[in-house]
Amino acid sequence: MIRVQTEDFDAGTELERLRGSNKGQAGAVVSFTGLVRDLNAGDTVMQMTLEHYPGMTEKALASIEQVANERWELSATLIIHRVGPLSPNDNIVFVAAASRHRKQAFRACEYMIDTLKTEAPFWKKETLSDRTRWVEQENSV
Amino acid sequence: MLQLRYFASLRELLGIGDEQVELPDGVHDLPGLTRWLQARDATWESALADGRLHIAINQEIVKADAAIRDGDEIAWFPPVTGG
Repeated sequence: MIRVQTEDFDAGTELERLRGSNKGQAGAVVSFTGLVRDLNAGDTVMQMTLEHYPGMTEKALASIEQVANERWELSATLIIHRVGPLSPNDNIVFVAAASRHRKQAFRACEYMIDTLKTEAPFWKKETLSDRTRWVEQENSV
Repeated sequence: MLQLRYFASLRELLGIGDEQVELPDGVHDLPGLTRWLQARDATWESALADGRLHIAINQEIVKADAAIRDGDEIAWFPPVTGG
C-alpha cells in the first residue's frame, strides 16, 4: 500500500496494522522512518517543505512497491510519504516490508527507500534563519 | 494541446507551475519543444539548458530526445530529493 499525505503518521500504529494484516505468514517486519533534521550542510533548518508531482508520485511509489514484491517474497509492504510544511524531528517517510524471513524484509525495505530517494518526484525546500534553499540531490547512496 | 508542468526550483525560476500550449508547428520531439520554449526569453533559455533536469512525459521519465504527441503532459524538474 502507498500513501501520500500532509498529515502525520504514527510508526507504531502502522507496524501494528501490518502485523495485524499478516495472519502469521511473516516472521519479520523491517521498517525505516525518515525524519526532518534540524541541521543540514552546517545550517540550522527552521522548516522543511515537501513539494511533489501529484499523480506521478503515486505511480512512482506504486512501481517501487511492485518491483520490491517481484524481487522478494513479501507478505505486506507499505510506503508513506508526507508533503507540505514540516518541522525538525517531524516524520517524513515510512517504508516497511513484512516477509517470512528477515533478510528478504531487510533487503526489500532498503531497496524501497533507496529507490524512492532517486526516483519518486519529491523536492525538499529548507527554510533557514535568513533564507530558503532547495535541497540538492545527494551523490552517495 | 500540450500540458506543460515545471516543479521545484525550476518552477520558481520560471515563475510558472503549469500551462497549456498548442503543439507548435514542426515540433515533434523534446529537443524541438525545448528550443521553442527557450526562444521565449533569456530566463527560459538558461533555465531549460540545465543538463541536470529530468523530463517526464505522461508522468513517466523519458530520455531527452523523446518524441511528443498532441495531448501529452510534459514535465521538467530538477533531481528529486524526497525520502
